[in-house]
Amino acid sequence: MKYAFYPGCVSRGGCPELYPAAKLICQRLGIELEEMPAAACCGAGVMQEKNQLFGDTLNARTMAMAEKKGLGLMTICSTCQGVMAQANHRMKSDSAYLEKINSNLAEEGLHYSGGVQPKHLLWILIEDYGLDKLMPLVTKPLRGLRLAPFYGCYIVRPTEALGIEEHPERQTSLETLIAALGATVIDFEGKTRCCGFPILTINEKNSMAMVGKHTSEAKDLGADAMVTPCPLCHLNLDGYQPKAASQAHRPIGLPILHLPQIIGLAMGISPKELGLQRHIVNTKPLLVKLGAGG
Amino acid sequence: MDLTVRVKRFNPEAEPRQPYWQDFPISIDENATVLDTLIHIREMVDGTLSLRCSCRSAICGSCAMRINGHAGLACKTKASDAMDKDGMIKVEPAGNMPVVKDLVVNLDLFWRKIVQVEPFLKPQGPEPEAEYVVPNEAMMHLSGVTACIMCGACVSDCTVLEVDPNFLGPAALAKAYRFTADPRDGDGEGVSRERLRKLSDYGGMWDCTRCGECVQACPKGVAPMDRIMALREQAIKAGFDNNNGARHTEAFTESVGHSGSLNELQLPVKTVGITNIPALLGFLPVGLRALTHGKLPPLVHKNIANVEFVRKLHHKLEEHQPEK
Ligand code: SF4
Ligand code: SF4
Ligand code: FES
Repeated sequence: MKYAFYPGCVSRGGCPELYPAAKLICQRLGIELEEMPAAACCGAGVMQEKNQLFGDTLNARTMAMAEKKGLGLMTICSTCQGVMAQANHRMKSDSAYLEKINSNLAEEGLHYSGGVQPKHLLWILIEDYGLDKLMPLVTKPLRGLRLAPFYGCYIVRPTEALGIEEHPERQTSLETLIAALGATVIDFEGKTRCCGFPILTINEKNSMAMVGKHTSEAKDLGADAMVTPCPLCHLNLDGYQPKAASQAHRPIGLPILHLPQIIGLAMGISPKELGLQRHIVNTKPLLVKLGAGG
Repeated sequence: MDLTVRVKRFNPEAEPRQPYWQDFPISIDENATVLDTLIHIREMVDGTLSLRCSCRSAICGSCAMRINGHAGLACKTKASDAMDKDGMIKVEPAGNMPVVKDLVVNLDLFWRKIVQVEPFLKPQGPEPEAEYVVPNEAMMHLSGVTACIMCGACVSDCTVLEVDPNFLGPAALAKAYRFTADPRDGDGEGVSRERLRKLSDYGGMWDCTRCGECVQACPKGVAPMDRIMALREQAIKAGFDNNNGARHTEAFTESVGHSGSLNELQLPVKTVGITNIPALLGFLPVGLRALTHGKLPPLVHKNIANVEFVRKLHHKLEEHQPEK
C-alpha cells in the first residue's frame, strides 16, 4: 500500500510533532509514503479568498504530481483535505476551468485529469487499510480512556465536495477509529463546529470563545482528551487553550491529541516518539491514566 | 412507516421554564416530510405543539429548524432520510435565536441584520433617462444569491453568531453581496465603495471563520460563505485592505507565492501590522510557551523544490485577476 504524501505546512511548522508521528505510524502500519518536495501550500482557504485561481492551480499541480506517480494522495490535515476536495469539485464541474488551469501547468510538464481523490489518513485507515488489519497491531488498547472527537470544519463540510454521499461512514469516522482503538467516545455538540483558528488574528475574542466553548463542553462531559485530524484546530485548541481558559474565567486543562498520536499510543509507541511532550496542555495526567508513563 | 419524532419543547408559561425533550411515536406515509410528521403530531396527538409553516414546498422559508442537530427546512427533508437506524428523528428549534415556544423562534435578530445592510439599490452615478440597462451576463450570476427565501437556517448554524451576536451573519452578508455585485449599485464603475467600507468594519465580512455551516444549511444553494469570500475579494480590490483580515489574506498569498509554503512566523506579524507594537507583544506569551515546548515553526523558512515555477505562476495570476 503506497500513497503520494502531502503533509501540508502546519505539520512541519506550528505543529512539528505531527509530521514525524504520522510518518512513524505509517511505517509501522506498512503504508509506504512518497513525498512531493515540490508541492506547494494548499492555501488553507485563505489564499482562495483573494485569488481562487492561484490556489486551485497550486492544488491541481499537487494532484497532477500524484497522478504522474500513479498514486493516491494522502493528507493528514482536515484543512488541506477540504481545500483540495473543494478545488477538485470546482474543476470537475467546469471543464473549461480545468483546461485553463492545465494551460498554466503545461510549462512545468504537468497535466491534471481531475481524477485524483485526496484522502485523509483517517479515511484511508477505515476505507482502504481496513480496521480488521489495524486491530492486530493494537497491542496497547486505550481502555479506560475517554476521548472526544473534534473533526475540523473542512473535513465535514460542504458534504458535496467531500464525497460524503457515497461514503456516509466518513461522518462518524473519528468515533469509529477511537472505539476501534479501545477508548470510549465522548460525544458532544461541538465536535463538528469551528475551532476559531481562521479568525485568531482577526477577532481573537471570538476565536477564544470558540476554543473555550468546545474544550470546556468536552471536559465537563468527562473527556480525558480531545482527538483531532486537523493540525490547525490543534494550534488553536491546544496552543491557545490557556488564553481561552482565562477569557472564560475557568480552568480547562484538556489535552488535545493528533490523530496519529492515539494510533501510535495504541500500537505501543512511546509518547516521546509521538511528540506528546511538545504539547502546550500537559499530557502527563493522561499518560499516567493510560499507564504509558510520562 | 413507524418512527419516533423526538421534539425539543419549550413552554414559556409553564414552570419550570426549561426546555425538555418529548418523544412521539407515530405511523405515517413513506413519502412524508419531517414537516408532515410534525403536523400529524399537532393534529392527531398533541394540539399544543407549536411550529411555523405555510407553503409546505420550500418557498416561504417559515419552517427552518434543526433536524438531527443541523438546520434545514422541515418541508424539504424527507422523514425516511432523516430517520436514524432506530427510526428516530430529532427536531429542535433553529439556533442562535430566542425560542418563543417549541419550534417557533423570534426572528428579530435575523431581520435587524438584513435591514443593517440596506437591502436596496443605491446607485451613485447620474440617473439614466429611462430604466437602467444592464447586460444579461452582468445579472445572471446573481440568480443564485437572489434565491434566498429568508428562512434563517444559515443564521441558526453560524459558528460566529453563536459566540458573538454582533456579527452581521451569513444571510445579511449574502444579501449585501447581492448589491455590491450588482452593476447598477455604487459608483459609475459599479463599485459599491461605501458598502464595502462599512462591511469591512468589525462584525462584518472579515469576522467569518469560513466554517461552511451556512453553505451546508442553506436549502436554496445561496452558499453565503462563498459570497462572503467574494465580498473580501471585492473589498481588497476596492482598496479597503487596511485591516487584519485583508492583511492576513495578502500576507498568506505573498508567502506562498514567494516560497511555495506558508511562513507561520511571519504571518501573524504581517497580519496585525509590523508597527502595531501592543498586538505584537500580545503574541509573546503564546510564542514563549511554544518555544519552551519545542513547538515554534522553523526560524529559517525553506522554499519548496522548483519554487521558481510557483513564483512565476503567482506573478502571472496576480496580474491577470478577473474583474467583477
Ligand atoms: S462560513 Fe462564516 S457566515 Fe457561514 S456559518 Fe461559518 S462563520 Fe457563519
Ligand atoms: S441564505 Fe439560504 S439559509 Fe440563509 S436565509 Fe437565505 S435561503 Fe435561508
Ligand atoms: S413551509 Fe414554506 S418553506 Fe417549509
